[in-house]
Amino acid sequence: MLATTGFALAKLRNLFTVVMLAGIYSLLSAGLFTVMDAVDVAFTEAAVGAGISTVLFLAALALVGHREKKSASASALPLVVVVVTGAALAWGTVDLPPFGNPDNPVHHHVADHYLEESGHEIGVPNVVTAVLASYRGYDTMGEATVVFTAVVGVLLLLGRRSGTRRSGP
Amino acid sequence: MREELVLRVAAKTMAPFIVVFGLYVHFHGDYSPGGGFQAGVILAAAFVLLSLVFGLDAAQRVLPFWFVRSCAALGVLAYAGVGFATMALGGNFLGYDALASDPEKGQHLGILLVEAGVVITVFGVMTTAFYVFAGRSRTEP
Repeated sequence: MLATTGFALAKLRNLFTVVMLAGIYSLLSAGLFTVMDAVDVAFTEAAVGAGISTVLFLAALALVGHREKKSASASALPLVVVVVTGAALAWGTVDLPPFGNPDNPVHHHVADHYLEESGHEIGVPNVVTAVLASYRGYDTMGEATVVFTAVVGVLLLLGRRSGTRRSGP
Repeated sequence: MREELVLRVAAKTMAPFIVVFGLYVHFHGDYSPGGGFQAGVILAAAFVLLSLVFGLDAAQRVLPFWFVRSCAALGVLAYAGVGFATMALGGNFLGYDALASDPEKGQHLGILLVEAGVVITVFGVMTTAFYVFAGRSRTEP
């Protein structure tokens, strides 16, 4: 279903449909994350991907119109690049340890410590929160800064008019 | 959409519950899925819903543009402020153990405070972005 939605996203020219499908894609991903027991990620995906960004896309569509321009030439180069990159990625997965195996190295670097010690080091039952806000607090501050920087960009590009609308013409 | 009675009533009824749910997601983030990012988005969604149904002006009477814009910066400041507070109290940057006599309580408080910073930032950013897009589309139809 994810793949079908992805193909439809790339093929469709009516941007309104594309926005709606992007929301559906996010919701499907959220479902996939839930199935894989990553409820925190699923929550974020559903709220941000399927919720707010759909509304923001629609608001942007109100500015630019909902028909995509036909691209001038359909060259074969992008297809080649995509196929080669995809093949390289698929080839790379051959060397990966088997999916979901508890003995994989990725599960024994710092994850053991987080799972065993966060109960009395942090005292927070949700390990995701403990890792996100305490062990990796510095990273999360960076994330908050990134979000802030994004809105600074939006304000610089579009904000002048609505910021001064009350006093201006 | 100002004439649609069903939408108006539904939006008015749901908005407080969305806000409460957002706060719940923030304050209960220690025990259940969720945290600052999700809570901020949910809070913003409540006001985006209101401004979709009642119009941008009505929403901006409740939440002025300058307020949400400052929220975006205040949240980051609050987050970093917690970091410097822990340094002033003798700990490492963002080492929450220093916030209370009991390290576990300090961690609880620290996580709650920095997540609050994230909530404020994300809420401010999302509403600002929406205001800017929606305001722009109205002035240039």
